[in-house]
Amino acid sequence: MVKKIYFQSIFFSFFFIKEAFAAESGGMPQLNPEFWISQIFWLSLTFGIMYLVLSRLILPKISNNLETRKSQILENIEAAEKQREDSDAKLKEYDEILSKSKLEANSIFNQAREKAIKDIGAKREILDNQIDNEIAEAEKEIDILRKNAPDKINKIAIETSSELLQKLIGAEVNNSSISAIVDDLSKRNGDKYYGN
Amino acid sequence: MAANPMSQFDVYRIGPEIKVGAFDISFTNASLFMILSTLSVLIIFNIGSKKNSILPNKIQLLAELSYTFVSKMISDTAGSKAKPYFAFIFSLFMFVLFCNMFGMIPYTFTVTSHIIVTFMLAAFIFIGVTVIGFIKHGFGYLKLFVPSGVPAVLLPLIVVIEIISYLSRPISLSVRLFANMMAGHTMMKVFGGFVISLGIVGGWLPLSFSVALTGLEILVAFLQAYVFAILTCIYLNDALNLHH
Repeated sequence: MVKKIYFQSIFFSFFFIKEAFAAESGGMPQLNPEFWISQIFWLSLTFGIMYLVLSRLILPKISNNLETRKSQILENIEAAEKQREDSDAKLKEYDEILSKSKLEANSIFNQAREKAIKDIGAKREILDNQIDNEIAEAEKEIDILRKNAPDKINKIAIETSSELLQKLIGAEVNNSSISAIVDDLSKRNGDKYYGN
Repeated sequence: MAANPMSQFDVYRIGPEIKVGAFDISFTNASLFMILSTLSVLIIFNIGSKKNSILPNKIQLLAELSYTFVSKMISDTAGSKAKPYFAFIFSLFMFVLFCNMFGMIPYTFTVTSHIIVTFMLAAFIFIGVTVIGFIKHGFGYLKLFVPSGVPAVLLPLIVVIEIISYLSRPISLSVRLFANMMAGHTMMKVFGGFVISLGIVGGWLPLSFSVALTGLEILVAFLQAYVFAILTCIYLNDALNLHH
C-alpha cells in the first residue's frame, strides 16, 4: 500500500513536472553526474571518520559502561540479598534472646516466690513451736498451781480452824488432829470444789 | 524558490570549486548534511558514553538503547560471528538514520535521496561481504549459488537465478533506500505545492494530507535505515554462515 502510493506519487510528480513546469529543466537531479565524485569523496570522508571514531572511541566506552552497570547491579543485588539474610539471622537471634530472657525472668520470679513461701512457712513453724512451748509451760504452771492448791487450802483451813477453835474454846488445840479432820473433809468434798 | 518538486534534490556548490586532478570534490550542500549528520551522531554518542551513572540520563539512555538495539539486531540475524562488524553496521545504521532524519527538517537536503550515495554504500557492503565470504570459505563460498535439495535438471537455471539475485543485491539495496526517500520527499513537496495552488479555500485537504505524510515519512526514515542495516546483516550472515 505504502509502496503503491510512492510509485504513484513518483509517476504523478513526473507528470506534474511535465505539465506544470515544462519551462524549467525537468528530470532527476540525482542522475546528473556533475557532483557524483564530490558526493563519493565526502561520503567516504565523513562515513570513514564516523566509523573510526565510533569503533575506536565511543562504542567500546558504551559497551564498557553497559558491562560495568550490569555487573554492578548484580553485585548490588547480591549485597542486598546478603544483607537481608543477615538481618533475618539477627531477627532470629533477637527473638531467641527475647524468649530466653522471658523464660529466665519467669524462673527468677518463680524462685523468688518459692523462697518467700518457704521463708513464710519456716517462720510460721518457729512461731507455732514457740506458741506451743509457751502454751505447754503455761499449762504446766497451771497444773502445778492446781496440784498445790488443795494443800494450801488445807493448810489455811487447818490454821484458820485451829485459831477459831482457840478463840472459841480458849485452849490450844493439837494441829495434827485438826489436819486429819480437814484432810478427811477435803477428800470427801474435793470433787465438789474442783469439779474434776 | 523553485516550485519544482525535484528541485529539492539539486546539489549545488557551497564555496569555491575544489579540484583534485580531474575530479571535482567541491564542498556542496550534500557534503554539508553528511558532515552535520556525522557530527550529530558523534556528539550525541560522545555525550551518551561520557558518564557512566547507574541511573542513566536521557542521552546516555538513548546511546545505550541504540547500542543494544543494533547489537541485538546483528546477533539475531547474523549470529555471534558478526561481532567484529558491529561497529560498521552501527555506523551504517546511524549514518543512514541521521541523514534520513535531517532530510525531514524543512529546507534541508536529504543525502540518502541520491542514488550515488546509497549505491556507494551498497556497493561497499556488497564488495565487503563478498570478500569476507571468500576469505572465510575460499571457493566454497560459490556453494552459495547452488542450493541443496534442488533437482539436477533445474540446477543450471537455479544457479543462474541465484547469481543474478546475488549480483542485484547492491542495486536493490541502494534503489530501495534512494527511491523511498526521493518518493516521500517529492510527494510532500507536491502536496505542499497543492496547498499553495488551491489557496485558502481548497488547501486544507492537501495540508492535512501533508501533515499525515510527515508522520509517515518519519516512520519511513527510521524504517529504511533499519531495513538497510538489517539487509546488510543478512548478507553478512550469508557470508559468515554458509547455509546452502
